[in-house]
Amino acid sequence: MRADPIPVLTDAAVKSQHEMTVCNACRYCEAYCPVFQAMEERLTFTSGDVAYLANLCHNCGECLYACQYAPPHEFGIDVPKTFSALRVESYEAAAWPAFAAPAFRRPWTTTAVALAAGALASALAARTLWVRDESAAFSAAAARTFQLRGTADFYSVIPHDLMVMLFGAVGVFAVVALVVGYRRFARSIADPTIADLEGPRRAGIGAAARDALTLKHLHANGEDCVDAEETRRPWRRWMHHCTFYGFLLCFASTSVAAIYHVVFGWVAPYAYTSLPVVLGTVGGLGLLVGPVGLLLIDRRRDHALTHSTQASLDAPFLAMLFLTSLTGLLLLALREKTFMPSLLIGHLAFVLALFVTLPYGKFVHGIYRAAALVKFRKETTS
Amino acid sequence: MAPPEVYEVAVLGGGNAALCAALAASERGARVIVLERAPRVFRGGNSRHTRNLRCMHTAPTDILTESYSEDEFMTDLLRVTGGMTNETLARMVVRASADAPARMRRFGVRLQPSLRGTLHLSRTNAFFLGGGKALMNSYYAAAERRGVDVVYDADVVGLQIHDGRFESATVRIDGREQQVRARSVVLAAGGFESNLEWLKEIWGEAADNFLIRGTPYNTGTVLKLMLDAGAEPVGDPAQCHAVAIDARAPKFDGGIVTRLDCVSLGIVVNRHGDRFYDEGEDFWPKRYAIWGRLVAQQPDQIAYSIIDAKAVGRFMPSVFPPIAAASIRELAALIDVPAGTLAATVERFNGAVRPGTFDHEALDDCRTEGLVPNKTHWAQRLDTPPFWAYPLRPGITFTYLGVKVDERARVALRGGPAANIFAAGEIMAGNILGKGYVAGVGMTIGTVFGEIAGREAWRGASSDTSASQAEHRAG
Repeated sequence: MRADPIPVLTDAAVKSQHEMTVCNACRYCEAYCPVFQAMEERLTFTSGDVAYLANLCHNCGECLYACQYAPPHEFGIDVPKTFSALRVESYEAAAWPAFAAPAFRRPWTTTAVALAAGALASALAARTLWVRDESAAFSAAAARTFQLRGTADFYSVIPHDLMVMLFGAVGVFAVVALVVGYRRFARSIADPTIADLEGPRRAGIGAAARDALTLKHLHANGEDCVDAEETRRPWRRWMHHCTFYGFLLCFASTSVAAIYHVVFGWVAPYAYTSLPVVLGTVGGLGLLVGPVGLLLIDRRRDHALTHSTQASLDAPFLAMLFLTSLTGLLLLALREKTFMPSLLIGHLAFVLALFVTLPYGKFVHGIYRAAALVKFRKETTS
Repeated sequence: MAPPEVYEVAVLGGGNAALCAALAASERGARVIVLERAPRVFRGGNSRHTRNLRCMHTAPTDILTESYSEDEFMTDLLRVTGGMTNETLARMVVRASADAPARMRRFGVRLQPSLRGTLHLSRTNAFFLGGGKALMNSYYAAAERRGVDVVYDADVVGLQIHDGRFESATVRIDGREQQVRARSVVLAAGGFESNLEWLKEIWGEAADNFLIRGTPYNTGTVLKLMLDAGAEPVGDPAQCHAVAIDARAPKFDGGIVTRLDCVSLGIVVNRHGDRFYDEGEDFWPKRYAIWGRLVAQQPDQIAYSIIDAKAVGRFMPSVFPPIAAASIRELAALIDVPAGTLAATVERFNGAVRPGTFDHEALDDCRTEGLVPNKTHWAQRLDTPPFWAYPLRPGITFTYLGVKVDERARVALRGGPAANIFAAGEIMAGNILGKGYVAGVGMTIGTVFGEIAGREAWRGASSDTSASQAEHRAG
């Protein structure tokens, strides 16, 4: 017997085991995606196995529409939906700290609380200015802060060091939580019967990275996967690319700006043609288009494909990405205006809330999907 | 002009042959209606459970290895049917199969090389990406794009045929009977394997223990209506294709996952605990189709495949868990077989196993001596617990009785070929497959004759239309 890291099986895990048993005796979907290829390497399915397979699933829908055993057949096979529910459970099981796991079940509440906290933190950070400004009365200071003289000088609203401290703390927290989550998840899907950590590790990781970055398994058979029965459109893939690469570009923009500041001593604001601004603008546009596109696709999507617990994670995360980008672009465009400080505080509130919720929302799907893709590549190359 | 409710071609049925016929007629411009008895979610007849079609080819293709010549395909057909085939029609099917993949792809069907566990078919059979339901989805989508009217839950309960001419079909839709008129009709409504009463007429009480592997909608209504209307029958009316499947399978629609591939790895006993046939006679894919009948002949139509731990992992997993026990006697208790008899059967078997080198990929030299019946290959002692049992029952795949057709797919009536009645698929497969089966040939027959029937139905309907238009102009 294999060691089973999660002793109590949830309904979704039990249903996944049933479905994989039926699928493994059928195998018609073998050529669709790695889920079924990985399935065929197994005869029985532990909770770790199904968590791995669930996170390999890209939730396209080919296998549901092709399934002779789909509901209302008594076998009731709906792999995309069952796996989408199981994925949320795997996010919860791997969450760090563990008491934060319920956040996945109340994504809007989580987002709202984080946003309130972000707004408060930003406002307080801005307020430090007023406190230091001992010569002025509170109201006068507020008036000055919120109607600055159009210099686009962000650090006059929140001092640079304070901003670095605030975002550094939140960023470190998010990274630690994500890394711990990744490690917990990777351990839960580890499979001692298959050479996991030996063999061509690097090759597996490189190939898996390509699979993830190209969303290979959303168009693996020469054309895009279905997004409804017999309709194959590339939009889900392209909107995801806009979102993902938009996010990366914005991240790159901030990183370049940090290097400018720390290494070269070049202080923001930067020119519209500067590298941080160009990267941020292009990325920001991606983060406007992508999330809106994904939300529209979600609205049209067949409810048979996604469990409500998984589907409910999408909108809050996409909304946060969109609003973070929107406020960022507005700040850029209107940074010479007197109300810049309000925009800055608003934008920073969104950024803080976005980062603090990264480990407790839809964002983690990318982390765990990547872990599953790496495992798949290792299995198939070893 | 025809009144709008008159179709040029009515297709009775909704599986592979039906849709191939509908598409063949509609791509030539015919106004077509498809009457599918099943609801939309279960559309596609038994085709939804299929996965490939057999096709000849002279050189390797993107999905087929090596070559599979016309003569080889014909030889395979003659071998499995024991000559019970119309060679002219059989050769037509074989030749036309060469073009089937290209034609299917035109309608959006996606094909793939053979599945991992089916490499023995990689040379002869083109696989449908995602299986038969995906194939049917592609065909239905193509039909809808072309403006074919598809009516689901449409139960054909009557055919109006006068002087060899089809005039209309009586169809029950939502409890109301309607007349569907068409200039030509294609019968593609399958066999009668899910008509339990009909099976009972042939097999008696034993039929109560049969499981139907496919759709519950193939009750043979259209077949019976045609035979009653004077169509010439073809194929043995008392034969069906039956394989041994897991006894725990649902009554209908269990499909591929209920099959058991472990028979040749162990022994098979009946409810008395006795063996009754050579489990290692030949490779399982060549023998699985005789085991339905073998089990049907046992008391209560049940048998048990028994293997030990050495066999685990050597066969495709079944959808149902094995019944497992640490000893043969415990296993006997779990499957309600007399423990003493089963233990004695296993002991005799173990004692009769000759030394050999086990090789499941070849007809190896592991056999028994002095048993009745002997196991002639892959005989290994059942001595390594846990012991596993899988219960077996006959699983009916299809029936052979059909209507006789000619090269134009016209149904033969007692007075000669029908003017405007064509048939395709299981309802006429008995012309080519009088008995036996070879993987994927049912889909080949349906695809080729579907196209012929659709084309001929259109041709009949269009000449009819021009004739009536000429009459109209003359009048």
